[in-house]
Amino acid sequence: MSHVVHSTTTAKAARTERSATASKAYAAFLGIGLVLLIVAPLFFYPIFLMKLLCFALFACAFNLLLGYTGLLSFGHATFFGGAAYFTAHVVKEWGVTPEIGILIGVAGAAMLGLVMGFFAIRRQGIYFAMITLALSQMFFFFCLQASFTHGEDGIQSVPRGHLFGFIDLNNTTSMYYFVLAVFLIGMIVIWRFINSPFGMILKSIRENEQRAISLGYSVARYKLGAFVMSAALAGMAGGTKALVFQFATLTDVGWQMSGEVILMTLLGGIGTLIGPIFGAGLVVTLQNYLATSQFPVTIITGVVFMVCVLLFRRGIIGEFYASRLGRKLGFEHRR
Amino acid sequence: MTMIFGIPLQAFMGQLLIGLINGSFYALLSLGLAVIFGLLRVINFAHGAQYMLGAFVAMLMLQYFGINYWFALLLAPIVVGLFGAVIERLLLSRLYKLDHLYGLLFTFGLALTIEGTFRYLYGSSGQPYAPPPALTGATNLGFMFLPNYRGWVVVVSLIACIGTWLLIEKTKLGAYLRAATENPTLVQAFGVNVPMLLTLTYALGAGLAAFAGVLAAPIYQVSPLMGSNIIIVVFAVVVVGGMGSIMGAIVTGYMLGIAEGLTKVFYPEASNIVIFVIMAIVLLIRPAGLFGRDA
Repeated sequence: MSHVVHSTTTAKAARTERSATASKAYAAFLGIGLVLLIVAPLFFYPIFLMKLLCFALFACAFNLLLGYTGLLSFGHATFFGGAAYFTAHVVKEWGVTPEIGILIGVAGAAMLGLVMGFFAIRRQGIYFAMITLALSQMFFFFCLQASFTHGEDGIQSVPRGHLFGFIDLNNTTSMYYFVLAVFLIGMIVIWRFINSPFGMILKSIRENEQRAISLGYSVARYKLGAFVMSAALAGMAGGTKALVFQFATLTDVGWQMSGEVILMTLLGGIGTLIGPIFGAGLVVTLQNYLATSQFPVTIITGVVFMVCVLLFRRGIIGEFYASRLGRKLGFEHRR
Repeated sequence: MTMIFGIPLQAFMGQLLIGLINGSFYALLSLGLAVIFGLLRVINFAHGAQYMLGAFVAMLMLQYFGINYWFALLLAPIVVGLFGAVIERLLLSRLYKLDHLYGLLFTFGLALTIEGTFRYLYGSSGQPYAPPPALTGATNLGFMFLPNYRGWVVVVSLIACIGTWLLIEKTKLGAYLRAATENPTLVQAFGVNVPMLLTLTYALGAGLAAFAGVLAAPIYQVSPLMGSNIIIVVFAVVVVGGMGSIMGAIVTGYMLGIAEGLTKVFYPEASNIVIFVIMAIVLLIRPAGLFGRDA
């Protein structure tokens, strides 16, 4: 008995030590990443970087649902694109400041998330995916016909305005740091969320829904909470994107967009905090690279999808965590 | 002129017919989805792409080999079915042991690839495909003119649906299929080649989609996008029907097609979304779907 106790303590000690290395490694990566993000506009085209940050936040928000709750939504374009429309509309027509515009976008996306989640959580697994896809398509048709979205034209020439009323966002540098700030706030919220008791329960639902129910958690409510949270954060990304590009169009609410965010997450690593950032980076870079050529992106996207599913389901970061170096640094990776 | 609910009978029947035709395609496609899902536990996102492939194969056969509609109706499903069999054998079969969502994601990637390739080769615009000479023209039914080809589509898709149902419910092969759905390990222990059965099922589903595609080619134009437009609606149909029963898929397909047609008469603005609205209502009242046994 004492032997067993002893060995578990050693194992626990080893694990703490390893996770200590892991958090050190994490802190180091975090520091390097932050510095890179701060100096990046000196080396790269700022609009490209801002697009990247928006999609990275979008993918991380999506991963909150797929990676940490185990729900595959095929309708996240609704929240991204919907928030883009809301933000663009209120900034352009009501003349509110950009931060209020984004907040309204977030609130709108959360509302949409509440409605879609309410229906979708009634079914599980594959049905959940199909329901979210169908409802998202319904929202697409709504946007096609509603007057405030201006149909096929979209909302054009959205003013970026003045942050808090006095910081001019037409200045690209200010805009970049504003987007970076939004991105970081979003990431902190996500990090805080998944490490909260709420997030732990979500993970337990992902691992074993029946057991979570038998432990007395009202699983449906937690799922809905996660869905709304994910939708709101996706909306934050979408609203910001509308300000960066100064337009909101049907592209952002189409099912292809929902597919793209799945790909970003899958490619980067489902269930890893930073994986989707890398996935988004790769996909956005690829799109930029192919934008000028005749070759359609969808072929590449499709092939990458199939390769990912067949060969590396853990994604880039997940594979890194599972690799020898990753394990040596003390990362644990399941799933 | 005869009126029905304040709508000219002619217009009413016209939309009803369009609804019936759309319903035929929904039924054929959701039937294929249900057959594949029943055995493989994979939602075949590439079903729309296979439908589009059927239409394209028929058109290309006519362009390059002069193969007419009737042979295309037979050959295109075989070609697409074989293509499906190859995909299943080489790639899809590796995913059965994983979470079902991976099957969905894989076939989604497959659909994007096929669609992207055809868009690259043939552009996004639709190309016409003439109905066979024997079925041109229209018949006067007294209360409306019925284009012969559309009547043919309704009849033949009904036959295909019932044929598939009979194949699965009444034949020995169907019995194997149903048994393998319930308990693949046991069926394999009895000496049935279950992996082959899986391949056949996927090929059958893909072939059915292609068959629908050939039927659709003269009605809608042949375009690379025709598949992705319809597949999402078919997903909603499948959610409404529940994938537990073959007959359920067929009945729901026709029902929702007609509902969509009727909405076009009374409130055209909502015709795009009516099926999704019905889906939402069904989810509220009967979450497992109308015919669902639920998985």
